Amino acid sequence: MEPPSVDSTTIWITLKLAFYTTVILLLVATPLAWWLATTRNRLKPALSALVAMPLVLPPTVLGFYLLILMGPQGAVGQITQALGLGLLPFTFPGLVVASVIYSLPFAVQPIQGAFEQLGRRPLEAAATLRASPLDRFFTIVLPLARPGILSATVLTFAHTVGEFGVVLMLGGNISGETRVLSVAIYDHVETLEYQQAHLLSAGLILFSFVVLLLLQRFNGKRRWQPL
Amino acid sequence: MSDIRFRFNVARDQFRLEVDSHLPGQGISALFGASGSGKTTLLRCIAGLERTPGGHLEVAGEVWQDANHFVPTHQRPIGYVFQEASLFPHLSIRRNLEYGWKRVPARQRRVQLNEVSDLLGIGPFLDRYPAQLSGGQRQRVAIARALLTSPQLLLMDEPLSGLDVPSKQDILPYLERLHEDSNLPILYVSHSPDEVVRLADHLLLLEQGRMLAQGDINDLLTRSDLPLARLDEACAVLHGELAAHDEQYQVSYVNITGSSLQQKLLVPHQPLPIGHPVRVRVLARDVSLAWQMQEHTSISNILPARVVECFPCHSPHQTMVKLDIGGQYILAKITRRSEALLNVDKDQLLYAQVKSVALMR
Repeated sequence: MEPPSVDSTTIWITLKLAFYTTVILLLVATPLAWWLATTRNRLKPALSALVAMPLVLPPTVLGFYLLILMGPQGAVGQITQALGLGLLPFTFPGLVVASVIYSLPFAVQPIQGAFEQLGRRPLEAAATLRASPLDRFFTIVLPLARPGILSATVLTFAHTVGEFGVVLMLGGNISGETRVLSVAIYDHVETLEYQQAHLLSAGLILFSFVVLLLLQRFNGKRRWQPL
Repeated sequence: MSDIRFRFNVARDQFRLEVDSHLPGQGISALFGASGSGKTTLLRCIAGLERTPGGHLEVAGEVWQDANHFVPTHQRPIGYVFQEASLFPHLSIRRNLEYGWKRVPARQRRVQLNEVSDLLGIGPFLDRYPAQLSGGQRQRVAIARALLTSPQLLLMDEPLSGLDVPSKQDILPYLERLHEDSNLPILYVSHSPDEVVRLADHLLLLEQGRMLAQGDINDLLTRSDLPLARLDEACAVLHGELAAHDEQYQVSYVNITGSSLQQKLLVPHQPLPIGHPVRVRVLARDVSLAWQMQEHTSISNILPARVVECFPCHSPHQTMVKLDIGGQYILAKITRRSEALLNVDKDQLLYAQVKSVALMR
């Protein structure tokens, strides 16, 4: 039986991974979602499909190609080596990169949906009230899309916490560095440590429930109603 | 010189707009036409909400759009009222009102929040949210919000069409007051003859993306070559000013502008000061004609008039007679039988008996 301190490191790494992934994804997904929601570009369908790919691909496929891409012979690997960053697979930053790609649709789609629901009218009204495009984005678009952004945050975070396949392919199972919860649970079950597996699994169930409950509370709490 | 000059060419799948004209830079100009006639598109072009290559727009001598540049909407000194109030649901009424106001440089602000909320009666719900207001209240807030940007031109896209009749009756007086109290030019899109007659000084008629005609409201309402004069509710609008009150009989007298004979109309009593400009609507079906001044009649408004022309209207047994009363026109809808009996002819002098008039401020 492993000492509990090992599992607590694992929990810490998992939360750290989910946190970084969520922050990075919000910064990436918001402009991307805005572009997808407003563009009439011919490339939109192709890009939408690309963003949605992680939803349908087996995580192992994604992990496999990321491994190759970031490996010593891969394009990304060459770049990171040239920059003196070393190789990303089997490191924590490598996990973050993989998670960002793997969870991309969970961030983009709710935000894009919220943006599309806005329609043109509030923005046109704001423009006639002297608001510049950037001003409109921050004072009208973001506040009105808040429920979508909140959903994206929660889904991304929770999805990253629960990620398994990509991590296993790319991060391996280095205790204290890249081992995350889902992998730890798998290990516990493999070695018949059911009590440990129960502890972590039940913890995850509780965590998911609480997070979704908080989301409901947040969205119900706003003072205004949509028109 | 403060004209609004424009030329737009818009081609969409099912729709074309081709206009090249100008509108006066004062008073209320109505853009009038059936749905699909292009009036909203024209308004959106003027606001800069539609980008139309090859368009040209000049307001009060300033170029807002030509081949080389396009002033974006947020840099145009306009106010815009949409068909639906389009308030920001996440902001309180007060913050909705302040949204545009705050974005106008302080020295350009000519309008303050208190004035406008008094004018439009929205003081009581400043701290509520849009979803808590009725449609009519919301539209009043939208008008106030547009006014608070101290615009040089106010654009209104059927601001009343989405409202029920009581709400409309609620807002119309505010618009009339706005018209009187400020010299802000207003472009008002409408398909309701009623609103146009009440509000507009000037009319631009659109049909299937083309301009049919434009000009003074009195002129256009009575022109035989335009559809308005053939409507069942065809009417004329006479400009005048309040001349006297008669408290005993609860009536007021209106001097008709431009008539050398100082022709007066008797209207129901109006609580307005003497000299106040008013407009009077005369429906064509309320006007009958006579050869002589009738001595014994209950009709109190009998005006000497000169026949300008006769033209057919929708019903085959009736005819429309256009009459000149001192420079302004009215219409009389009479039967073709009466036309023959009276022997109505161009330039003939007759008496127009007006059964009832509606005074609009």
